[in-house]
Amino acid sequence: MSDRILLLIPAFNEEESIGHVIVEARQIVPELDILVTNDCSTDSTAMVARRAGAQVLTVPHHLGLGGVLQAGYRLAYELGYDYVVRIDGDGQMDPRDIPTLLSTLRTSGCEMVIGSRYLANDDGHTSPVRGLGIRFFRAILRPILGKPVMDPTSGFVGVNRRALEVFSNSFPLEYPEIEALVVLRRRAFHFLEVPCRIRPRRAGRSTITPMKSVYYIVHVLLGVLVNILKFERHRWR
Amino acid sequence: MERLLTVSLVLSGCLIVAILYSLRRAHIRVEYSLSWLAAAIVVFVLSLWDAGLVTLGRFIGIAYPPAALASITICVFVVVLYRLSMIVSDLKDNNVALAQKVAALEFHLHRLEDGREAATSRR
Repeated sequence: MSDRILLLIPAFNEEESIGHVIVEARQIVPELDILVTNDCSTDSTAMVARRAGAQVLTVPHHLGLGGVLQAGYRLAYELGYDYVVRIDGDGQMDPRDIPTLLSTLRTSGCEMVIGSRYLANDDGHTSPVRGLGIRFFRAILRPILGKPVMDPTSGFVGVNRRALEVFSNSFPLEYPEIEALVVLRRRAFHFLEVPCRIRPRRAGRSTITPMKSVYYIVHVLLGVLVNILKFERHRWR
Repeated sequence: MERLLTVSLVLSGCLIVAILYSLRRAHIRVEYSLSWLAAAIVVFVLSLWDAGLVTLGRFIGIAYPPAALASITICVFVVVLYRLSMIVSDLKDNNVALAQKVAALEFHLHRLEDGREAATSRR
């Protein structure tokens, strides 16, 4: 029996780009089921996604990225999917990298595979401030994860069913990418990075401001610390 | 000192009345009013009971009773706010889980409806 694979696209007001992402992904990997987790968008994201051939899971009110992603992971786990690939709805990630992510996930035995912007390209086409933040988190995460991670904030990841089970029960609600790595590490799960291509956003603008960046760093650091404390308590039992 | 005690007595008394009024009008639930009520009563009692305030002030190392009253009041209300933060966090977690569950149920319902419509149109 062949594996069941789901492409999970979290989206909030992405009506201009979501259709292209779905059509492109479908052309490249036709056997994929596609689920858009709609974070109560105020535009026609859900309608565009349905027209493009995706299934849509709409949460009743805005939950933020972590909450809406976990809703997707929970549903994928309930529906019995073997692998889930998450890609952003803004069209920055290239769906041509999905097969690489999937084949690595299948052959490596790792629970998570991250599509890394920095393995193929040193600056990953990000702003200098964001680049600095990523370097900071690389340094923080290196001793915690026991190995280097080049792109800890990547929104292009694939997980297998074991990681799916963990994420459906325990997933960071606000800024999930970095904390999710530590959540997996607590269970002694493994991850790998593969190079991926990055493109300019199809539509819209990034909402990251200097104030939000500071809040992000403090929030994520605290989340990582909490996960480490949980990890220690678990180990001492 | 006396004026400060009178002011804190009046304010804590007003707070107790306001909490009881809100409870009566169902603007606040009993379980969330308890910590506010307890905090207001502590301040009210210390404002009335000079000797108790002086003893408590010495115990925590503050010889000046008004400063002791201010410190104790701040500590009591910090505990109340901390407890409320815990309650809000718990409510937020439950709310997110509920929203995810509702979304999943709606998803299943739509799939069932779509399946039924497809079966009907095939007939």
